[in-house]
Amino acid sequence: MSSLNKSVPAAQGASLAKGREPSLWQRMMHPQARTAYLFLLPNLLGFLLFIAVPSVMALGLGFTEWDGYNPVKWTGLSNYVRLMQDENFRIALQNTLLYTFGSCLLVIIASLSLALLVNQKMKGMSLYRAAFFFPHIASFIAVAVVWQAIFNPTLGPLNMFLGKFMDHPPGWLISSDWALFSIILVSAWKMAGYYMLLFLAGLQGISKELYEAANIDGANILQRFRNITLPMLSPVTFFVIITCIINLFKSFDLVYVMTGGGPGRSTKLLVYDIFVQSFRNSAFGYASAEAIVLFLIVLAITYVQFKGEKRWVNY
Amino acid sequence: MGQLLGHAVPKSLSHLFMILISLIMIVPFLWMLSTSFKLQEEVFQYPIQWIPQVFHFENYVEVWTSIPFPLYYFNSLKVSVLVTLGQLITCSLAGYAFARLDFPGKNRLFIMYFAAFMIPYQVIMIPQYFVIKKLGLVDSHWALILLEIFSPYGVFLMRQFLSGISKELSEAARIDGCNEFGIFARIILPLAKPALATLGIFAFSWVWNDFQAPLIYLTSDSLKTLPLGLASLNGEFTSQTQLVMAGTVLSLIPVVTVFLFFQRYFISGITAGSVKG
Repeated sequence: MSSLNKSVPAAQGASLAKGREPSLWQRMMHPQARTAYLFLLPNLLGFLLFIAVPSVMALGLGFTEWDGYNPVKWTGLSNYVRLMQDENFRIALQNTLLYTFGSCLLVIIASLSLALLVNQKMKGMSLYRAAFFFPHIASFIAVAVVWQAIFNPTLGPLNMFLGKFMDHPPGWLISSDWALFSIILVSAWKMAGYYMLLFLAGLQGISKELYEAANIDGANILQRFRNITLPMLSPVTFFVIITCIINLFKSFDLVYVMTGGGPGRSTKLLVYDIFVQSFRNSAFGYASAEAIVLFLIVLAITYVQFKGEKRWVNY
Repeated sequence: MGQLLGHAVPKSLSHLFMILISLIMIVPFLWMLSTSFKLQEEVFQYPIQWIPQVFHFENYVEVWTSIPFPLYYFNSLKVSVLVTLGQLITCSLAGYAFARLDFPGKNRLFIMYFAAFMIPYQVIMIPQYFVIKKLGLVDSHWALILLEIFSPYGVFLMRQFLSGISKELSEAARIDGCNEFGIFARIILPLAKPALATLGIFAFSWVWNDFQAPLIYLTSDSLKTLPLGLASLNGEFTSQTQLVMAGTVLSLIPVVTVFLFFQRYFISGITAGSVKG
């Protein structure tokens, strides 16, 4: 420990001897601190330029008009005023909320069930796990391309199969009633394996003694699930819900390839509209305002989650 | 669930159920694989012929030659490898500073990194474009490489792993007169190989699969990466599903190979953030 104390920049030893704290500059120029900044430098420079500065700029660009070529023009709140009256935006917002919460619910139910299933001792379990996880490895583009063919309403294998049981199987991606639901299904199918692994890690952290004690007390499966598994898993569930919602708000690839926002505007999501407004219609300022609204929604949901955490997350 | 279920369900029934769910997850890929070997008129035959009578490998040859597929492949490989190397170097250095060194501003900087990792890409994508445009890098691979190397997630992951290595190792080396970079390169990094493998695989598959950033920055056909090529193949050859599927199979090969050989690193990359953090 002694050598570590010597090199700690807080330098308590020095302050005791001189009777005052070293200044911030002195602490920053301490040999260990200097070494630390050198280690940080390559990443920090890139991080500041390409991530931190753009994050700050994002706030400002929402108040401007910019077509990508001419100088940026300050327009105050007008983008936000326009957003409030824009029906496109309202529909995109509705679709995004429906898509995010619909998929998130499905993902959580599916991934928790899968995790419970693969947390048993069984022959071939590693194969089952790999199979459940497999859709996560493939790119969203590959998945979109394959499912688009499967969903083909007249010729696709899915409706060929369903056609044996019903006269009018759904139109899936070409029906404005079914398209968003189809995208929700594919998202949940692709993402469930990933969150299964998170839940599995959580389940493996639950002490066996708890279940043994419950067995002695004669608790049945449902009671064990409700009173041991769910509460012990709550920190993982909390993490899963937050990351899942953020990931779903970002989903772009499926809609871009499978529907292009259609039919009509039925699968137009906020992130898709931001892309179209900026990189297709050159309305970068307006799209930035939309992006800020997206950010505020994600922030609000995360905040509510953290506030509610104390009520249901156990430790 | 061993403990949860006890012996409530017989093993054979469990297996049946597990196989059923595995099929739901795998069947779309099997259909893709089988379709990629078929003739156009066989693609949508019903009942589905899972094993084609004749394997038409010429679909693969056609995809490989009729669009610049080899070029897309090379571009994807180039960008993915460079970003992966860049992340391994810069993120392990920064992660080391956060995990094992003390300096003023450490907590504030770390919170900044952590916050950045929660911001959706679409929120900063327009200002990022502004910066890249000012640097004159639009329509070049540099745009993707620079935007993806400095990953806050990578720093976070390396910090988590590196803070788990005993501090006494570094102290012993310091007493022996080893400088900080020597400790990092000769003592800590060799111990952090699993973490580096995890980050490397994570970065590679992320960049290999990335779609939206290449869509924004790469406009010249000669620069396009595989996901862009696949999306345009899908748009151009709508009626030739067998070719689209052959292209999709080709695009999946590298990531699936990496997964099959390094499964445990894939998995540790996912669980590191939630459980150890």
